[in-house]
Formats: sequence, C-alpha cells, structure tokens
Amino acid sequence: MKPASFDYLRPATVADALAALAAGGDDARVIAGGQSLMPMLNMRLVQPRLLIDLSRLEELRTLKADSGWLSVGAAVTQTELLSRPTLRDEVPLLASALPWVGHFQTRNRGTVCGSVAHADPSAEAPLCLVATGGEVVLRNVRRRRTVKAADFFLGPLTTVKAADEIVESVRFPLAAAGSGHAFREVSMRHGDFAIAACAATVDGTQASLAVGGVADRPTLRSWPLAGGALPPDLDAALNAFAWDLGGDDDQHATARYRRDLVRRIGRTVLEEALSCRR
Amino acid sequence: MPPLKSAVTLAADARHTVTIVLNGAPRTGQAHPRLLLSDFLRHELGAHGTRVGCEHGVCGACTVRIDGVAQRACLTLAVQADGRRIDTVEGLSQSNEGPNQGPNEGRMTALQEAFRRHHALQCGFCTAGILMSLSDYLGRNPKPTEEELRDMLSGHLCRCTGYAGIVRAVMDVTGQTPEPGAMGEAAHV
Ligand SMILES: Cc1cc2nc3c(=O)[nH]c(=O)nc-3n(C[C@@H](O)[C@H](O)[C@H](O)COP(=O)(O)OP(=O)(O)OC[C@H]3O[C@@H](n4cnc5c(N)ncnc54)[C@H](O)[C@@H]3O)c2cc1C
Ligand code: FES
Ligand code: FES
Repeated sequence: MKPASFDYLRPATVADALAALAAGGDDARVIAGGQSLMPMLNMRLVQPRLLIDLSRLEELRTLKADSGWLSVGAAVTQTELLSRPTLRDEVPLLASALPWVGHFQTRNRGTVCGSVAHADPSAEAPLCLVATGGEVVLRNVRRRRTVKAADFFLGPLTTVKAADEIVESVRFPLAAAGSGHAFREVSMRHGDFAIAACAATVDGTQASLAVGGVADRPTLRSWPLAGGALPPDLDAALNAFAWDLGGDDDQHATARYRRDLVRRIGRTVLEEALSCRR
Repeated sequence: MPPLKSAVTLAADARHTVTIVLNGAPRTGQAHPRLLLSDFLRHELGAHGTRVGCEHGVCGACTVRIDGVAQRACLTLAVQADGRRIDTVEGLSQSNEGPNQGPNEGRMTALQEAFRRHHALQCGFCTAGILMSLSDYLGRNPKPTEEELRDMLSGHLCRCTGYAGIVRAVMDVTGQTPEPGAMGEAAHV
C-alpha cells in the first residue's frame, strides 16, 4: 500500500502548474486535498509520473459571493467552505450536504473542486452543483472556459475536463428569495459514500430533485408546481424518475432498494423544501 | 496552509531533505516524493506514536495535526509536510496550549486522563489518532453534543471499545454529564 514513484512539483503560480500539466500529458496529475487521489496512489490504481500540487497556491484560495454566484477556488477545503458563516443564506443546500462528505478529518483537507473533478457518482458536492444549476470554471495554458454542471459530468470519474485543464473554481448560484432547499442521504455509516442522496429545490414555479448515487452521474429533474403545491401526480413522476435513473445492484444495495429510496426520500425532501421556503 | 514563494521540483528517484516542527522541535529527515508522512514519522524520525492501519484514509489511526488541523498522515506526502508544524500524540503530554492548558509538562493531559478513567481504550491502536482529532475538534467545538461527537468519531474505527467509553471520557472532560444512553449503547458511528 505504497505509491509508485513520481516526481513532485509544487508550483509557485497557477500558470506554472498549467504549463507543467500541459507538458506532462497523460503522465501528469494534479493533487488538491489528496483525499481521493492518495488512496488511489497508495493502492496503485493510478501511477502518474508527475504530481502537481495545487493545495498551496494562494491564487486558488478564493471564496467569494458576488453578482449572484458563490465562487469556490480550487484550494478551498470542504471545512473552509462549511465554516463560512453566511453559507446557509447563500447556498443553503451546501450547508446541509457538505457535512455528509466523508469525515471531519477528510473535510479538513479535501477540496470542493477536487470532489467535482473526481466526479464520483455518489459524491455530495457534484450533486449540489447539479441541483443548484452551478458552473465549473476550467482553465488550461491558453484559455478559460465555463461549463454548466449539467454538461460537466459524463459518468463515474469521467467529465468533459480535458487532461491539460484544471478546475480553477466552481460557482454555485446564490439561493433566490422565496426558494426552499432540502438534502437527505442514506449510507451504510455516516461519512460513507451515499447509496442514494437526494437534493431538492423548490422556488415560486417549480420543484426540482437531484439524485446522486443511483445513476452514473448526479441527475436532475424538475416539475411545475400546481397552484403553489407539489404536482398531484408526484408519486408517479418520482417512480418514472427512479426507473429512468437505472441504478444497478452492488455490494451496498440492490437497484430495487435504490428506486425505493428515490421514491420515498425524493418525496420527503421535496416536501421539506416546499415547507422551508423563505 | 501557508503560501510558498518559489516553485519546487523534486525528482522521483532522489531523497529530499524534509524539515518539520514535530511537537514543537525542528526535526529533519530524508524522503522520496512518494514517502507517506505516516512512514516518515515512524521510520525516518522514529516517532512511533502515530499508528498506521488502512493506508487509505478510512480507519483514522494515522491522524495527526498539520499546522493545527487534524488530518490523515497516510494521505499526506512527507514532502508536502516540509516546513510545517506536525503535532502527534507524543506531544500531547507536554503541551501547554489548546484545551489542556496548564503546567502539565510531562504529565498526561486531562483528556488522556479521562480516557484512562473511562476505559476509552483497550488495545490502544486507535487512540493516538482519536486524541489528535479531539485536540483539534474540541478547540473548535468545546462542548459537543453526543450526536456531534459521534459524528466526528465516525472518522475513526475502534474495534475494541464500542465507542461508549470514548464518548463518556469526552463528556466528562468537557464538563458535561454523559447522556444515559452513552453508557452501554452500541455505537451508531
Ligand atoms: C474515508 C473517506 C471517506 C470519504 N467519503 C466521501 C463522501 O462521503 N462523499 C464524497 O463526496 N467524498 C468522500 N471522500 C472523498 C473526498 O474526501 C475527497 O476530498 C474528494 O473526493 C476529492 O477532493 P480532494 O481535494 O481530496 O482531491 P484529490 O484527491 O487531490 O484529487 C481527486 C481527483 O481530482 C483531480 N483534481 C483535484 N483537484 C483538481 C482540480 N482543481 N482540477 C483538476 N483536477 C483536480 C485529481 O487529479 C484526482 O484525479 C472520502 C474520502 C475518504 C478518505
Ligand atoms: S492508516 Fe491512515 S486512515 Fe487508516
Ligand atoms: S482500543 Fe482497540 S481499536 Fe480502539
């Protein structure tokens, strides 16, 4: 359980990191908090020749709310975001979901952007990004581009990010006045990866449910409100959604149990989101 | 984490000088880039208090404080720790800061004493990591509820105690009466 050898680069600037990443090609990897990458290195599931450490780049330690977005830079840890006193007002879904990301000790180190880049289908940060309609800011040596969360995730550990790009930041829209949000998940133990995670948002016109841990990526579906209430055929709609997600049997749960969780917890979080609209 | 001014490239096949401030004293050793901080502490510096269990971040045995913050040593490279303050269980008993203030040079801290009183350990393999997590956590949350505490303890596997004694010890040392359920209840962490 020891990593294979690699060169280690601690760049002084983001530009240096990007140049090294471009030159290194498929043999280079960036490391942020290391809470997913280090286990993969220790188990030799990945064997990069060059490791580029983003964790101490001050340029990436940015956390700010302006013009309708909360922007989280690549060096910001999950604990740092959770400790932001205004988080529950700005992006209430994150305040509810982030405590479910691993444990106190792993959140102290793991980054929000690293979790998004890693793209585990059951991870909470990608789910929140999809649920809120967030964006991913990608950067390589030549340019910056912004990708909508809904277009970013392709499958397990697979995204549209090119090998020479880093996730420079992720942006969550600030919660709209009059919207309500709720999050719940089921896992074997608190801190384990979700068997199913549900994030609901209800605003003046529609109810949305994002589900993680069931499909191969976080998936969002929305329904119009009926006179300020949840749609009357919600059970049927949730059933259809649960089947469309196409979850599989694995060592943690059966596909059937996962569909049940989507139907039941989906309804619960939608009701909670509706009732806590501010 | 403090910013660094200049870029550093360390070759895979060479050993590089790593200097940390271990429990208050500067210590220097050599490390290949792939060497884990947990192995650097134990094999290079001979500081065996930090335990190694799973080496993939799950068990919590290797938890140390890096610049004050509780983290997994097995998910940290020794070269990443260069220039930083590392606190391990060996340092607790001499510590004059944090939640255990006082002239306790060479003596166990109040938390360690409470662990002993409440049978919060049996084999002790998990204990160093749990104490290091607690020494950070209680600084941020000095009077955790049992639920909050058990949530934090979910980052540690203890296969001996069922966590009940650990919960009792922390409730005691934080001046709270243990909730009745904590006595014999199986852990839900
Ligand atoms: C015991 C344990 C339990 C966990 N439980 C959960 C859980 O319940 N839910 C959950 O979501 N996660 C969980 N995790 C993983 C979480 O802790 C990680 O923090 C997160 O998945 C990755 O963030 P990181 O900063 O640690 O990234 P790293 O581990 O450093 O990197 C992960 C991957 O993303 C890439 N990467 C990282 N940052 C960037 C960037 N800025 N740009 C481009 N690529 C990048 C790396 O190259 C690597 O491929 C757990 C981890 C452990 C050890
Ligand atoms: S040895 Fe580090 S968490 Fe298990
Ligand atoms: S005391 Fe033995 S594992 Fe905790």
